[in-house]
Amino acid sequence: MLSWFKKKLRRETDRPDTEATPRPTEQEGQYRSEEQTAIAPPAAASENGHPPGPVEQAPDAAAPPPESRPATTATGFFDRLRQGLSRTRESLVNRMDELFLGKKAIDAELFDDLEEILITADLGAATTNELLEKARERVKRDELSDPRALEAILEQLLQEHLVRVDRPAELVMPASGPFVIMVLGVNGVGKTTTIGKLAHKFKKSGQKVLMVAADTFRAAAIEQLQAWGKRVDAEVIAQQQGADPSSVIYDAFDYARPRDFDVIIVDTAGRLHTKVNLMEELRKIKRVMNQKIPGAPHEVMLVIDATTGQNGISQARLFHEAVEVSGIALTKLDGTSRGGIVVNICREFNIPIRFVGIGEQMEDLRDFDPREFVKALFARDQAKNGPIKAAAGENGNRPEQS
Amino acid sequence: MFDTLSQRLQDVFKNLRGHGTLTEENIREAMREVRLALLEADVNFRVVKDFIATVTEKAVGREVLKSLAPGQQVIKIVHQELVELLGGSSVDLDLGGRKPVVIMMVGLQGSGKTTTSGKLARRLKSEGKKPYLVPADVYRPAAIDQLTVLAGELAVPVHPSRSDQDPVDICRQAVARAGEQGCDILLVDTAGRLHVDQELMDELGRIKTALQPAEILLVADAMTGQDAVAVADKFHQDLSLTGVVLTKLDGDARGGAALSIKKATGRPIKFVGMGEGLDALEVFHPDRMASRILGKGDVLSLIEKAEATIDQEKAEELNRKLRQDGFTLEDFLDQIKQVRKMGSLEQIMGMIPGMGRLKQLQNMPKPDERELTKVEAVINSMTKKERSNHAIINASRRARIAKGSGTQVQDVNKVIKSYTEMLKMMKKMRGKPGGLGGMMGGAKKKRKRPKGLAR
Repeated sequence: MLSWFKKKLRRETDRPDTEATPRPTEQEGQYRSEEQTAIAPPAAASENGHPPGPVEQAPDAAAPPPESRPATTATGFFDRLRQGLSRTRESLVNRMDELFLGKKAIDAELFDDLEEILITADLGAATTNELLEKARERVKRDELSDPRALEAILEQLLQEHLVRVDRPAELVMPASGPFVIMVLGVNGVGKTTTIGKLAHKFKKSGQKVLMVAADTFRAAAIEQLQAWGKRVDAEVIAQQQGADPSSVIYDAFDYARPRDFDVIIVDTAGRLHTKVNLMEELRKIKRVMNQKIPGAPHEVMLVIDATTGQNGISQARLFHEAVEVSGIALTKLDGTSRGGIVVNICREFNIPIRFVGIGEQMEDLRDFDPREFVKALFARDQAKNGPIKAAAGENGNRPEQS
Repeated sequence: MFDTLSQRLQDVFKNLRGHGTLTEENIREAMREVRLALLEADVNFRVVKDFIATVTEKAVGREVLKSLAPGQQVIKIVHQELVELLGGSSVDLDLGGRKPVVIMMVGLQGSGKTTTSGKLARRLKSEGKKPYLVPADVYRPAAIDQLTVLAGELAVPVHPSRSDQDPVDICRQAVARAGEQGCDILLVDTAGRLHVDQELMDELGRIKTALQPAEILLVADAMTGQDAVAVADKFHQDLSLTGVVLTKLDGDARGGAALSIKKATGRPIKFVGMGEGLDALEVFHPDRMASRILGKGDVLSLIEKAEATIDQEKAEELNRKLRQDGFTLEDFLDQIKQVRKMGSLEQIMGMIPGMGRLKQLQNMPKPDERELTKVEAVINSMTKKERSNHAIINASRRARIAKGSGTQVQDVNKVIKSYTEMLKMMKKMRGKPGGLGGMMGGAKKKRKRPKGLAR
């Protein structure tokens, strides 16, 4: 994401064809540096006030330091980030320590606990079994006895599912013309909000952004996008409710062509992935885009709600079949859900996660950090255990709590 | 992704034929399959654990062990137990108390509160009540507009809230205004909020204190995963919910969240959202939900839907026509229209148990809605005479029909062919009990009649 901005700036200064080629070296470099910044335990990262993601921005001298502006507001940029992630973050170190330090040896009980952690993170029973099976093998083969080593193995296995070198997690800019992003997902996952935040992100790095209100179905969806347009000061193209989404896009692209927009973000109506005719409509929308701007959409972004369970796989599959999803935004990660389903999605369809949404403010969209995400997957929220404990009665299996 | 549970259970018990009795170990093996099925349906981990323990206890040491079809028996116990957990029977809204009665909708962002408010308003209105919609979501951009638009579509009065007002003030004013407008039910659509956002949860508490609602409904997404329990429990703790609405059940989510939420709150699930249209709100049926969670299909829903949609009189007339060989293209069109009223074809197919299991169906292209539209268009472009006697439709007529309906001559041929095939089929069936006539006319009666009993 960040090197995308760099790319663009460089393009304007010297070589115009760089971005057409993929850049594996730079990609790896980014991950490595991210890992370096994040290698300290998250608790330490939050102590010095800088979550790992944005720290990355500091050495990026080419882009204007974006943190200077919002920091002046009452709740600064970093504060928001920290707040948003704190819920998943605060407990994770403790929980992991409790789990792994409390145990002297790797035993069946530890595996049971791990199973619960992974399943309650929405990873699914099948994937959980597979992961634990692999971990068991490794423990056997290497004759491991330290629970900490098991933790490392699991984290490594999970990260392997999330990060692929062949599919960069950052967006790649076309050589010329606007960068077109098509945003889709089931109803109520936060498409329009994500678009607003995304537009803000682009605006802040100096891009000229156009938003297209192609959700012509839901009542007041257009007004919602327009409100975001005002908030982030970006232009919004819209027609009346009930208009054909393809025609809205057709006209919007006509409007955009002579006006030199850098980024065009298209909002589509939320739809359940099982509605064949609505998926057909998405295909048509994509075709129309490609007709007007060859190569568009450059990014087909599927928005997934972190609270989604196993149905997420079905969502990703059917959307992917219809329009070839190229990236994922995971929203509502500021609650207690951990969005483990994206691990399966990433792996099964090889689609990278681009962003995570961690709050309702326009700054609350941040780059995806696989390492931190995996860490958070292991976190268990205390609040969650309480009620179930009570409901579970004598069947609760955690003796230290009973 | 998975075979149906019953299929898998049959596999578990397959090798036991001839052994006479089943051991406790067999039951445990079966329970492992049940556990997987429940987890794949997003039932909360802890809830599953409990459930399995209870069911194992019930299954072991019962005559299940001697039964001829152990797989079916186990499923039956699991199903019964699920139904019980889900609430036994369906529960309606409790609208007693002082007028105006207040219904408050709460939930996470994007769970479908506003749409559900609209649907409920429509339902109440059709029952002769006078609902008053109160948009109290001042945070999400255009949320107030959304409810206002829905209210306009329904011709239901709506409170003129502004996003710069305090939600509690809006609610207080709304109560007064509802009285002036002669409305007896207030439907308050609150803003979506995270259960961990204490500030906003407190705001809900203040609204509750100010309004003393008769119903506080938690609106929850059927696709929710393991976190459903944490969410439902927090909302229940803070507000003491009176019921739950499960939305987006028209997708392919198995909806295990229903069980988790029920277990966490102990409150009944009152309605389910089955689509984006404002009429797509149905009463919750625990037995059907149980079948769905287990992946058994939803036959009962299908039958009931067919009964509600298909006009009894028309069905009887059709029945008569079938017997007298008078089934015309006109009737053919009628039938297509009625099938379409039941919902999309995939929806109907999804409700038939075992559909998912048939391998050949999985690879088949999904039924195309537009095909039906085409058929309708073709028949609509025929003259009355042609419709009542398809034999007169010659080449030039076909060309005209194709032109009139915006299709190809091949399409017209196809329609006529499927019609004649249907005629042939009917001729074969005529006189036989339980033929198509029986299917169309008296689905209910037929269901109850034992096999082989001639009419």
